[in-house]
Amino acid sequence: MAEMDVLTGEYLGMRLALSDIDVENAEFFRYCGAHDLHLQKCDSCSLLRYPPMTGCPWCATLESTWAPVEGVGTVYSYYEVAHAIQPAFRDHLPYLVLLVELDTQRAQPSPDEGLRIVANLVDAEGQLAGPDLVAKVGIGSRVKIVYSDAGENFAIPNFALDESAEQPAPWRYPQE
Amino acid sequence: MTQAETDVSTPKFLRDKYAIIGVGETAYTRGMGRTTRWMATQAVRRAMDDAGIKAGAIDGMLSYQVNDSTPSPVVSADLGIRLNFFMDVMGGGSSTEALIGIAIGVIEAGMCNTVVVFRSMNGFTGVRMGATGRAAPALSGGALFGPVYGQMSPAQMFSHTFMRHMYEYGTTPEQVAHVKVFHSRHASNNPKAYYKTPLTVEDVVNSRIIVKPLHLLDCCVETDNATAIIITRSERAYDYRHTPARILSVVGRVTKPRGDMHYQHGPISRVAGHYAKEMLFPNAGVGPEEIDITGSYDAFTFTTMLQLEAYGFCKEGEGGTYVSDGTIGLGGRRPNNTSGGHLCEGYTHGMNMVIENVRQLRGEIDDYCPEDGGVRKHTYDYTPGGHCRQVRDPNITANLGWATPNTGSALIMRKG
Repeated sequence: MAEMDVLTGEYLGMRLALSDIDVENAEFFRYCGAHDLHLQKCDSCSLLRYPPMTGCPWCATLESTWAPVEGVGTVYSYYEVAHAIQPAFRDHLPYLVLLVELDTQRAQPSPDEGLRIVANLVDAEGQLAGPDLVAKVGIGSRVKIVYSDAGENFAIPNFALDESAEQPAPWRYPQE
Repeated sequence: MTQAETDVSTPKFLRDKYAIIGVGETAYTRGMGRTTRWMATQAVRRAMDDAGIKAGAIDGMLSYQVNDSTPSPVVSADLGIRLNFFMDVMGGGSSTEALIGIAIGVIEAGMCNTVVVFRSMNGFTGVRMGATGRAAPALSGGALFGPVYGQMSPAQMFSHTFMRHMYEYGTTPEQVAHVKVFHSRHASNNPKAYYKTPLTVEDVVNSRIIVKPLHLLDCCVETDNATAIIITRSERAYDYRHTPARILSVVGRVTKPRGDMHYQHGPISRVAGHYAKEMLFPNAGVGPEEIDITGSYDAFTFTTMLQLEAYGFCKEGEGGTYVSDGTIGLGGRRPNNTSGGHLCEGYTHGMNMVIENVRQLRGEIDDYCPEDGGVRKHTYDYTPGGHCRQVRDPNITANLGWATPNTGSALIMRKG
């Protein structure tokens, strides 16, 4: 039986495709397509993991169950791209790539661990953030997940400033 | 529950038993106008001439590449070498030290006697790191967790780590810029270096931002070139032209927990050397204080700093001070990348930094000092621009190879 795409989409002009044999990633993005964040939860040690994996990084158990997770967290690190490598991003400079640490399972199972998700900073509608917004966000900013639709049943998870949260003064790169 | 602890008490019985007997390279260029096969043949032949050996004395060949280079059997054929062993492995940075370790392993296994390791790349005119010049295929699998966010080049992939180090420890752009400043001064005394102009901190921090926190001059130069190193047993190593560089220990492709996405396991400012050092130094029988020269991989100014810190040349968090207080400059306590490294000499995925340390241990650095009867008379005048870069009587060097924040290799050598 030939491999076939079960999910396809387009995002910022980039073609996206997930194959039927890439079961774990396809499942993750099906939930994203429904604007839902689900992560695998280990059937043995009950720890959540990101990104989708084929075994538990803590106990090597192969079985897991998809579980709903709240998409809110804090910016753990970030960088700001001024020179785009990919043509898709050349019209969106500067853009911010965030490393978001979810509140869920923070500092577990050890103090240096957490569920950390790479994503772009977007506005409330899921569009890549403009220069004003890019300049406002840094380490410590409170963010929430926003989905950027990329086709039927397909969306890319991103993060926007959490307007309902109290925002600390973020840490920004010193040479500004 | 945490990840299983990995045993780091590896055997030490090969300490000092192997040596590097020959090194060679092409010019470091941006526009060689030659195939990777031609460059590899040139570099291997020069390493053979450097050792003073003929084709029949080499029977093993290793190379590394990222689908951008020539396979070993054509290079060996071009030089009349019949191989008892070869392997071409996938990999960029951190491969050099790892393959030196593999060379030791295959010789010890009785598979061959003398191995040449090469890296040949048109890194500027051919395949460039992180580039997507051609029509991009659909993003799928792992690409939906990185490239879909415009996270593709090494500068982008590593910068979460770089930025977090600044946040955690107050490391400044000016401190980190010193790596480039010192390496550029070293390169100004290196006739082979692609960039020979000595630079200032202001030059670096005023150059344009590529990916904040990286300025253009925090990033290395991409070049076209080939490099080669010959390894054999120490007991044979004195039959050749130069004093051998004896290998005290080597570690290869050590990873942090979570080899897939290192930033799941923090502190993310802590790189793979933190784990690698637990084997590197005990196996060598020396510690950081006994190292005279380092070769900490400088794909970026930050990578040099993070590794020197991770391997314990300074305390965690003090990398910014260590790279800016004069320690890493020629004439300092422990110079780093005396050739100018990837930032200034040329980009070889790490091999030129090992070659430089082999020459340092021989006391035969190819700088601008005057020659007398074919022997260079080193002045130890490290003034930038056409002077000396030979360190005075070095005994022990350490190379710290970098692939990603997550993966590193290292090599400790002593004067034979």
